[in-house]
Amino acid sequence: MPAVSKGDGMRGLAVFISDIRNCKSKEAEIKRINKELANIRSKFKGDKALDGYSKKKYVCKLLFIFLLGHDIDFGHMEAVNLLSSNKYTEKQIGYLFISVLVNSNSDLIRLINNAIKNDLSSRNPTFMNLALHCIANVGSREMAEAFAADVPRILVAGDTMDSVKQSAALCLLRLNRTSPDLVPMGEWTARVVHLLNDQHLGVVTAATSLITTLAQKNPDDFKTSVSLAVARLSRIVTSASTDLQDYTYYFVAAPWLSVKLLRLLQCYPPPEDAAIRGRLTECLETILNKAQEPPKSKKVQHSNAKNAVLFEAISLIIHHDSEPTLLVRACNQLGQFLQHRETNLRYLALESMCTLASSEFSHEAVKTHIDTVINALKTERDVSVRQRAVDLLYAMCDRSNAKQIVAEMLSYLETADYSIREEIVLKVAILAEKYAVDYTWYVDTILNLIRIAGDYVSEEVWYRVIQIVINRDDVQGYAAKTVFEALQAPACHENLVKVGGYILGEFGNLIAGDPRSSPLVQFNLLHSKFHLCSVPTRALLLSAYIKFINLFPEVKGTIQEVLRSDSQLRNADVELQQRAVEYLRLSCIASTDILATVLEEMPPFPERESSILAKLKRKKGPGTVPDIEENRKERNANVNGGTNHTTTTPNAKVAAAASPDLLGLGSPSPLSSTPPALPPTAASLLIDVFSENSPGAAAAAAAAAAPIAVPAAPVADDNFSSITPESLHVADSILADVQEPTDKFVCKNNGVLYENQLLQIGLKCEYRQSLGRMYVFFGNKTSTQFLSFATSVVCQEPLASQLNVHPKPVDPTVDGGAQLQQIINIECVSDFVEAAVLNIQFRYGGILQNIAVKLPITLNKFFQPTEMISQDFFQRWKQLSAPQQEVQNIFKAKHSMDTEVTKAKIIGFGVALLDGVDPNPSNFVGAGVIHTKTTQVGCLLRLEPNTQAQMYRLTLRTSRDTVSQRLCDLLSDQF
Amino acid sequence: MIGGLFIYNHKGEVLISRVYRDDIGRNAVDAFRVNVIHARQQVRSPVTNIARTSFFHVKRANIWLAAVTKQNVNAAMVFEFLYKMCDVMAAYFGKISEENIKNNFVLIYELLDEILDFGYPQNSETGALKTFITQQGIKGQHQTKEEQSQITSQVTGQIGWRREGIKYRRNELFLDVLESVNLLMSPQGQVLSAHVSGRVVMKSYLSGMPECKFGMNDKIVIDKAGKGATSDEAGKSELGGSSGKQSIAIDDCTFHQCVRLSKFDSERSISFIPPDGEYELMRYRTTKDIILPFRVIPLVREVGRTKLEVKVVIKSNFKPSLLAQKIEVRIPTPLNTSGVQVICMKGKAKYKASENAIVWKIKRMAGMKESQISAEIELLPTNDKKKWARPPISMNFEVPFAPSGLKVRYLKVFESKLNYSDHDVIKWVRYIGRSGIYETRC
Repeated sequence: MPAVSKGDGMRGLAVFISDIRNCKSKEAEIKRINKELANIRSKFKGDKALDGYSKKKYVCKLLFIFLLGHDIDFGHMEAVNLLSSNKYTEKQIGYLFISVLVNSNSDLIRLINNAIKNDLSSRNPTFMNLALHCIANVGSREMAEAFAADVPRILVAGDTMDSVKQSAALCLLRLNRTSPDLVPMGEWTARVVHLLNDQHLGVVTAATSLITTLAQKNPDDFKTSVSLAVARLSRIVTSASTDLQDYTYYFVAAPWLSVKLLRLLQCYPPPEDAAIRGRLTECLETILNKAQEPPKSKKVQHSNAKNAVLFEAISLIIHHDSEPTLLVRACNQLGQFLQHRETNLRYLALESMCTLASSEFSHEAVKTHIDTVINALKTERDVSVRQRAVDLLYAMCDRSNAKQIVAEMLSYLETADYSIREEIVLKVAILAEKYAVDYTWYVDTILNLIRIAGDYVSEEVWYRVIQIVINRDDVQGYAAKTVFEALQAPACHENLVKVGGYILGEFGNLIAGDPRSSPLVQFNLLHSKFHLCSVPTRALLLSAYIKFINLFPEVKGTIQEVLRSDSQLRNADVELQQRAVEYLRLSCIASTDILATVLEEMPPFPERESSILAKLKRKKGPGTVPDIEENRKERNANVNGGTNHTTTTPNAKVAAAASPDLLGLGSPSPLSSTPPALPPTAASLLIDVFSENSPGAAAAAAAAAAPIAVPAAPVADDNFSSITPESLHVADSILADVQEPTDKFVCKNNGVLYENQLLQIGLKCEYRQSLGRMYVFFGNKTSTQFLSFATSVVCQEPLASQLNVHPKPVDPTVDGGAQLQQIINIECVSDFVEAAVLNIQFRYGGILQNIAVKLPITLNKFFQPTEMISQDFFQRWKQLSAPQQEVQNIFKAKHSMDTEVTKAKIIGFGVALLDGVDPNPSNFVGAGVIHTKTTQVGCLLRLEPNTQAQMYRLTLRTSRDTVSQRLCDLLSDQF
Repeated sequence: MIGGLFIYNHKGEVLISRVYRDDIGRNAVDAFRVNVIHARQQVRSPVTNIARTSFFHVKRANIWLAAVTKQNVNAAMVFEFLYKMCDVMAAYFGKISEENIKNNFVLIYELLDEILDFGYPQNSETGALKTFITQQGIKGQHQTKEEQSQITSQVTGQIGWRREGIKYRRNELFLDVLESVNLLMSPQGQVLSAHVSGRVVMKSYLSGMPECKFGMNDKIVIDKAGKGATSDEAGKSELGGSSGKQSIAIDDCTFHQCVRLSKFDSERSISFIPPDGEYELMRYRTTKDIILPFRVIPLVREVGRTKLEVKVVIKSNFKPSLLAQKIEVRIPTPLNTSGVQVICMKGKAKYKASENAIVWKIKRMAGMKESQISAEIELLPTNDKKKWARPPISMNFEVPFAPSGLKVRYLKVFESKLNYSDHDVIKWVRYIGRSGIYETRC
């Protein structure tokens, strides 16, 4: 490539740059730049044409100024002129300017594209390269649109030079990354694959990258690349061959290409053809063998290149996961690296081993390195390597070594880096639970965990202990004893107090026999921690106290005394106060039977997936751990005991607590599921008690119901006892919004559909046969603008197939006081029952508002009235005499039985009102045809009012039973 | 209260760092450098909040002074202190420059220890400071014990700003009224905003402990006195004013610490025992009835996309006997200017590409005169569709009267112990009006 020769250097540019570098302050720099800009402007404006050199020089200066962070708004034209120069340096600067400063300015883009096209079609390889680089550097959609067809052609053309091919491959890769939809796949794809056999290293390497990217998108098109890649790889790796042996980098043959080929192979499963497979295995073995050979050079580059190939080979082995011998060899190789001097190697080895541990073939092999890994955990200086070691320990853990690993992790936890403590805590908790054979060990472990790293123990962890203790009878006594002992330490973590309060409250009776842990001692121990705790913990402790009253009637007096004290009854925190008041009254008023029922032992929790695991996944983000977990589940359920041991069981409460945002919606379910079955008398009695005492009694039954659940469910109630009434109320009102308005539109076509403080929705509809058009008017009742206003119509199955609703798009903003019109086109395909729902969403004052309204599109809207005489009517009436064709409804009048109003309603319903058909003049008779896209349904109706009884009898006969029923339902509601 | 004070050079290197409180860590120094001095976007706000720490900065030439605090301090106080700090430094070693600060860093630390105590500003009166913080070494100080104790009693005493026993052969007094007038005017000549901020600076060389009384044509005082027959006094105060206006309305004012505020509050009279040497007696601001010394009439015509014609007329609007000086009109040019031709009747005009403006300078101009400049600006067509924003035309000048209309009515000196009277004191009064931000939109 021609380089910028000395004589071609631009002195003016050099002087300018050194001037700027010498500027003492920012102001001075700006002054110098302004001066230069004025100079360039006057030069560009000047009458005499500039020669190529000075044009290039000034464009260069502009580029430099732009790169310093100043705006450039001229000179584009001069740069484009440079593109058509024949001198390499001028062309190069032109392209540089374009690729740095291009914007979607239409007239210039066309000129630029033209220049690029010229260069692409020139036979000069350097010019073609410049053009390709420009396309790749800009990489915009416009570029992709203009050249997506040309670049592949250049890539596969037979007479293209190697260097151009290389650039074309990279350019195509870039276009494919930025706008994949614009790059056409075609016959060139097959020919690209054959570039893997090219003699030029650059071309092969670039093509491999391109093929890897393309193969990830459509693996089927590039399947043939596998055999080629394997062949190429084997030619490079096996020293017997001389392929590309010129390209050795510190004694490693073409390391970059090898790595890329190995990556490409990772896009595909192991090759099915035995020959290819054998060849690949041979290659991988050779790579592994080479790792064993003594290094050919002491230089770090040699070992880096060698290891890069090796690690990529190992990832391919792990990816294929089919050759046990290879996997074990890879594992051994990694084991060697675990003790390597190089920190990066240790890190990579640990990381790869993590994935290896999940393979059934190599799991055992990985386990042999446990001591090394534990040692790494203890002695490693680099925190990121330690983190990997923890991951690996977690991955290699199974029943046989769980105790050892958990113990090691616990001991590491004391010195662990603060950033990874929470994760280790979660991992320990999960492993302890998963592989616990002996649940006393589990309880010990978790209590230890809370003692060592209480601050990092998340809520989920201690919820989980409690769930397990409650669900397993055999550990309850032991848990109570251990917790009691742990609480005797002078300084306990708050989480320990929570666990202790809960467990003693439930199972304190199991250890009450021992005089050292008599009820009073238990209570005093808990209460000694009370004042040091935060409000939620105190609330939990209060619940534990009321449970004590139930368990040990002998301490009732002491506890009541505590509850009665001012610090409880008049606590500033409303939750504590309420609990104290309610518990005190409960303990005073209720008989022991009621107490025993209300404060019954917690029922076992239903079994579900561990929330801790979910939390760990969340914490890690998509990537490492979930993959391992999923892989493991997929491949080998038995190795890590993954599936056979799903005692992982959170309950409704933990789920609720873990996702408080769901509470607003899901509140009814936890409420109904948590309280133990209360005898109705007790419940009503309790409500009386509360309405007498609790300050919030006005909140009525819902509020009273929550506190009843409290004693039984102290874990969860913290979160929702106060929320429930409102959220229920809110849910009601929204439902009402959706339900109400459709009825009044059955017999009329315009009016106000919905209205609140912000928005009014008006309607106007027209229907003709099976088609309808609805004009919806959204009126902004406020003075501020609605932002991001959007509407959508939801038709649920089966409605979606019965009715086509097409809303036209609307403006995203509605000005204050303004009205917005939306047209909705409707087509009735067949008869239907449900109503479509219009969802409106907008931002008012920063708050997202959501309104759902049922659209009053009812079946009767597609009526065409039919006039007929009495004789015809009765003839048809008789034809429709099959029992399912007639629907009759007798109902009480809801409105006054005015004849004119009734007539209007029937006409509004859509049928023709036939006078003088029925012998009784007070009866109404109507006829019409419902038009749907598929069929037409004839319909006759008869309405017989009985003014004395204030009753109606409505009879409908249509040729379809569903239609009859629907129309009858619709019309009955109107009278 | 101020937690610390840093001084940086233009590169952001720390020259002086003094931390007064423990809540300011070492990293605060870097935080300011990274977020303000080296910020990508120029920081315009003088107050910056970084990680719950407030940085107040002022810039003098290439030097940054930054005060740091974690508390909710009175920002005006902090800036007042920073300005005072600049004054003090200027009084000790002249211009504030990197060189001077490096040469005097011991002195600066000494000063910082004296004028800020645990972040609370202390006596920052240069005259008083100079008595006990000197630039000579310990050996050069030939202070007796008495002198030292005298300094202590003076600094800690009631009148900390003046020592006793000052004697002058000639009792002299200089009084400067310095004003800067700010204006924003629409192209049609409508005043959009205008105010004058002024200072009364005194230099006194008086013997003993004189008691002074300062009087000006403050509206409230004049109106009060208007009932009594004080026309003679009012007549005396006509020291060459141009308008017949009797009094001015002062919007707000602040005084030097020597002024007795209780007396000002009750009688609106300004009485004080002056410090020795130069000091700023008061600062004030007025917004009503401002005399605008110049009127700028711009005329901009865009001829096609590539040409612009500008004509600017300036009119002086004060007594013909007075002379304005150092007049400079700055006409901004569009960013795509490729050439400029200027013709002016008076003074010199030049297109300064580095500042994107035509600068027109006139040395002197008498009152009630008029002058004009016309320029043709050639433009380069650009890709940018956005129009030129037309920044306002700004102007600089100096006039020998007070644009606010302020007049000094009297300054009386009483010294009961020494035998000189008000008549023996030689008094000099001078008015200087300068332009602040004096802009006319075009």
